[in-house]
Amino acid sequence: MMAVCPLVDLARGEARRLDVEPPIAVFHTEDGELFAIDDTCTHQDASLADGWLEGCEVECPLHASKFDLRTGAVDAPPAKRPVRTHEVSVRDGVIFVGVSADAPSAPAGVQVSTNAAPVSTDAT
Amino acid sequence: MKAVAVVGGSLAGLSAARALRNQGFDGRVSVISQEVHRPYDRPPLSKSFLAGAATESELALEAEEEDLDLDWRFGRYATALSPSQRSVELSDGTSVISDGIVIATGARPRTLGAASLQGVHVLRTLEDALGLKRELVPGTRLVMVGAGFIGAEVASTARGLGVEVTMISAAATPLIGPLGQQLGGIVSALHAEHGVRLIGGVEVTGLAGSERVTGVSLADGRMIEADVVLVAIGVRPNTEWLATSGLDAASGVLCNAYGATELPNVVAVGDCASWYDPVLAEHHRLEHWTGARERAAIAVSSLLSGGSEKRMGRPPYFWSDQYGLRIQLAGHLRAADSVVVEDGSADDGEFLAVYRRGDQPVAVLALGHGKSFMRWRRQLASQALSDPVSTL
Repeated sequence: MMAVCPLVDLARGEARRLDVEPPIAVFHTEDGELFAIDDTCTHQDASLADGWLEGCEVECPLHASKFDLRTGAVDAPPAKRPVRTHEVSVRDGVIFVGVSADAPSAPAGVQVSTNAAPVSTDAT
Repeated sequence: MKAVAVVGGSLAGLSAARALRNQGFDGRVSVISQEVHRPYDRPPLSKSFLAGAATESELALEAEEEDLDLDWRFGRYATALSPSQRSVELSDGTSVISDGIVIATGARPRTLGAASLQGVHVLRTLEDALGLKRELVPGTRLVMVGAGFIGAEVASTARGLGVEVTMISAAATPLIGPLGQQLGGIVSALHAEHGVRLIGGVEVTGLAGSERVTGVSLADGRMIEADVVLVAIGVRPNTEWLATSGLDAASGVLCNAYGATELPNVVAVGDCASWYDPVLAEHHRLEHWTGARERAAIAVSSLLSGGSEKRMGRPPYFWSDQYGLRIQLAGHLRAADSVVVEDGSADDGEFLAVYRRGDQPVAVLALGHGKSFMRWRRQLASQALSDPVSTL
């Protein structure tokens, strides 16, 4: 598990990008739910943490592809492939991400290293 | 309404076809496309595709399993619209009869007149990009006529390919039109830093060469030597085919703020359409990717409701990637009377600037600063929703 930040530091409606390889985006929805997905849009190189968050959906800032944060599924084109999702939990007021063992999702033409290198890890 | 003809099969046309199905239209949808290719994405043609980092198949706009049940008519273009016959005449002599029409014929690059010299390019289609790409080999001297976003992006890509680039603009500073004096200056400094030679404030008078281009002549008498020339001086709308339709389309199909034209059951969207913009209080063509995509749903909703449904659009938006930096603009820069840099600074090259009319933010521009840019973009959108506007 990877520590992200204290829950109080990620306001509702906001997102945070973790600079791991590949980057991960953690979202705190207006309804108070937390989700984590690979940060890079599967269509072209854009950060979904910079995207437009609406309910359980994030819209890519560039081409307006939409992804369901719960499943990673594409809700609106031009993206064609789903984005990888990760587990999120909160312990003692801190957000943790459990990085998925699935292959990372990456945009066409971009090679993604599979050697994930977390910035910080759960001490337990 | 039983049948709709979508005239134009690129982003605006495909988005309109998708919107028709999304909004429950289950009749026949014919899509007329001058291209021989299925719809593809144009923005990478000046960037990743030109650089060789993206392939042709990656440009496809449709998903593999996507089936909208469309009647595609590739490789032919519309030659006339006859409203009384509800008919679109095609270049192969056939016609399509329908109850509703979506005009999405796009635009084509302006050229420098009758120059048919080898080595002179424009950039709009896949074929244009392939032709230009073949010539951008290291050490080649590329002269860019025009310094808008297409020119600036190709300059950035070409520098990455080891090409020598000279950019000529009629304005004193490249990109000054869309960005304004101060911030246009920052972007032009970015080009200069990356070794692009900028020549501003001078008109191009002609091209030199007999079979192949050898140079570009300027109004001040100079001759700039060139192996390859890209003419990137804007586009003109593909609307000549509408000359006898009764529509006012000479400088873009005139539409209200929801894409409806002066003819019933005819809407227009994308680069060929000149929608009324309530913020600027004028009609203008929004020649950007996002406009073609987002406004299609608005135009289709106008069409299917007979004009009674008036969906609000989001503020105009575009992005441009140059030298690894992302430039984004949302809103109406021309409506502003002041600009303040709110994040970063012009000196460190990455910044966010907010343009205001009086106290009211009307546009936001960012180099980098993606996250705060999105906050401002959302604020502009919610502001537009809460501020009822007059329409045509």
